Parts: sequence; structure tokens; C-alpha cells
Amino acid sequence: MKTENQKAWFFVLPVLALVAFNALIPMMTVVNYSVQETFGNNQFFWEGLTWFEQILRSERFHAALGRQFLFTFLILIIEVPLGVAIALSMPRSGPWVSVCLVLMALPMLIPWNVVGAMWNIFALPDIGLLGYFLNHTLGIDYDMTQNPFAAWVTIITMDVWHWTSLVVLLAYAGLVSIPDAYYQAAKIDGASNWSVFRYIQLPKMKNVLTIAILLRFMDSFNIYTEPFVLTGGGPGNSTTLLSIDLVKIALGQFDLGPAAAMSLIYFAITLLVSWLFYTLMTKDDLN
Amino acid sequence: MLTWMAWTWPTALVFIGIFSAIAILCVIEVRHPGGDERKGVLGLTTTRGDRLFLSLLGTSYIFLAWLGLIGMPLWGPLALSIGWGVFCFWKV
Repeated sequence: MKTENQKAWFFVLPVLALVAFNALIPMMTVVNYSVQETFGNNQFFWEGLTWFEQILRSERFHAALGRQFLFTFLILIIEVPLGVAIALSMPRSGPWVSVCLVLMALPMLIPWNVVGAMWNIFALPDIGLLGYFLNHTLGIDYDMTQNPFAAWVTIITMDVWHWTSLVVLLAYAGLVSIPDAYYQAAKIDGASNWSVFRYIQLPKMKNVLTIAILLRFMDSFNIYTEPFVLTGGGPGNSTTLLSIDLVKIALGQFDLGPAAAMSLIYFAITLLVSWLFYTLMTKDDLN
Repeated sequence: MLTWMAWTWPTALVFIGIFSAIAILCVIEVRHPGGDERKGVLGLTTTRGDRLFLSLLGTSYIFLAWLGLIGMPLWGPLALSIGWGVFCFWKV
């Protein structure tokens, strides 16, 4: 009989304990909340699955979910191609490499709430540099506090500004790991730039791009601070994404039961999309 | 000590069920290492753990869909979920 050393599993225990404390136990509490009603004071009343039924059928939840998917879809189709394009145009060697890398990393070093505040002031129509320029110099009617379209353009632009760098850095890491021999072979075969990209660079970047898309999907699907600070979910409800709505229900209205049910549905969606995506992207490698 | 977590028996049983399933998988894994990896009907290469994950994820969606579209009682989704779980461990 083949024996395997299973001792390595014990080294995972500290991580397991950490995850239990910061994820598993809070999540169990959320599951408990989701089937009860509370009025504070640590008193709970059994409600069964009423909250799930209520949330799944509420127009408000459908609208917030729709906005959330739209937001995530838009930033992904902008950030991924843009990130790859920037990575392709970055130098592979020489003194400019570090300059480019530092410049790229800068937006990611700024805390989320600061990014929100910065873009808020930047985009205000009368005092912000961008808002003033668009309104008074170019004559475009742009007011993110009044116009839902302008608010959307602003939150999308802000996210692209903040997070495209992540895709760039990951794609760049994938690009520099391609051995020169591939390019030399392509040159001998007289391959066009497009062929080099399609058959060498893109397949070699696939793994890092999978990670980049997964990270961007999960981050943007759970995004809260930046749009909250920038637009506060307005004008009206036009930029109220799922997490903003969730916090309104949980802390604004103190409806912990419905909020817990909503966060579990939210979690199930994130889990399914991430799993689907990961499985589809890594299917060929495994087979 | 656990009052702040607002435990109820039904939710506790759900978690006891999930953790027991994981514990059973661990015991099977120690006895027969390798995870019984195979390529199932969906074209996915899965281990026992993957099959449990898929069963649980599918179950939560079956229940959520039923609650959103039809509502109480929940015998229908229960039967569907058991069927889905059997399918996952048998074919996927």
C-alpha cells in the first residue's frame, strides 16, 4: 500500500484558525441573523426563510443587482483590454522599466476613501478641475450630483483610474516571463505583430489574466467605499450598488434579518461567478 | 458565550451537516489519498471535495430559485437538491 505523508496539513492550521475568526464565524452569525428578526438588545425572534423570499422578490434588490452587474461588466471590458494594451506598450528592459512600474503602482497605493474624496472634489461642476473644465471650457453639461449618466461616467472613470494598474502589472509580469526564443521563432516565421500577440503573448498571459479578471470581478462586485464617498449612491438611487444598498438596509434601517439574507444571496452570486469563471478559464490546462 | 451569534437549532444543524460532510471527506481522503479524481459528464475534472462544493452550491441556488419564484413549502427543492447531490457524486 502506498503511504503518503499527511503532516503538511498541520501547517495549514494557523491559516484555518485565522480564516475561522475573520470569515467563518462572522458568516455563521450572518446565517443565524438571516432567519431571525431583532429589535436590538440581543433579542431574536424566529422568522424562517421570510427574509430570503422578501429580498428575492423585491424590486429594490433587482435594481441594485442590475446596477452592480452593469458596473462590474463595464469596468471589466474597459480595464482588461486597456491594461493589456498598456502592458504591451511598456518597455521590457532599461531604466524606464522601474519608472513605469512605480507610476503604474501609484494609484493602487491610495486608500479607497481618499480616492473617492479626490474624485468627488475633482468632478464637482463648479470648483473641481474636471467639472469646471468640462462645464465652463468645453461647454459640456456635466454634473455628477444631478445627472445619473454623469455620475456613472465618473464612478467608472474613477475605478478605471484606480484599478487598471493591477491588470497592467499582472499582464506585464506575464509578458516578461516569455522567453526570447518564442519571439525569435516568430520572427523567423515572419509572424505579424497580431500573430505574435494572438499566439504567443495572449496564451502566455492567460493565467495571470485569469487572476486579474477574478480579482477585479470580486473587488468590483463588492465595491463600497469609492462610490459611496463619490456619489453616496445618488443622484436618487442611480449609483446605489449592492453593497451600498446592503449597508443602508443593515445600518441605516437596522433591518439585520433582511440585510443578512441579502448578503448571503450576494455571497452566493460572487461564489458562483468566481467558480464558473475560474473553472472555464482553467479547464483546458487541466485536461 | 455564544449568545451574540444568535444560534438557532435549524442553522446549527445546517453547519453540523456541512462540517460532518467535510470531516467524512477528510477521513476518506486519509484512507484513500488522491481525492478520487475523474472527468465527469460536465467535462470537468473533479475530486470528492469539488463534488461536495458543487452539491452545496447547487443546493443553495435550487432553494433560492424556488423561494424567489414559487415560495413555501420547500419539499420540492429539497427533493431536487437531494437529486442534484446524488448526481454530483455519481456522475460529475
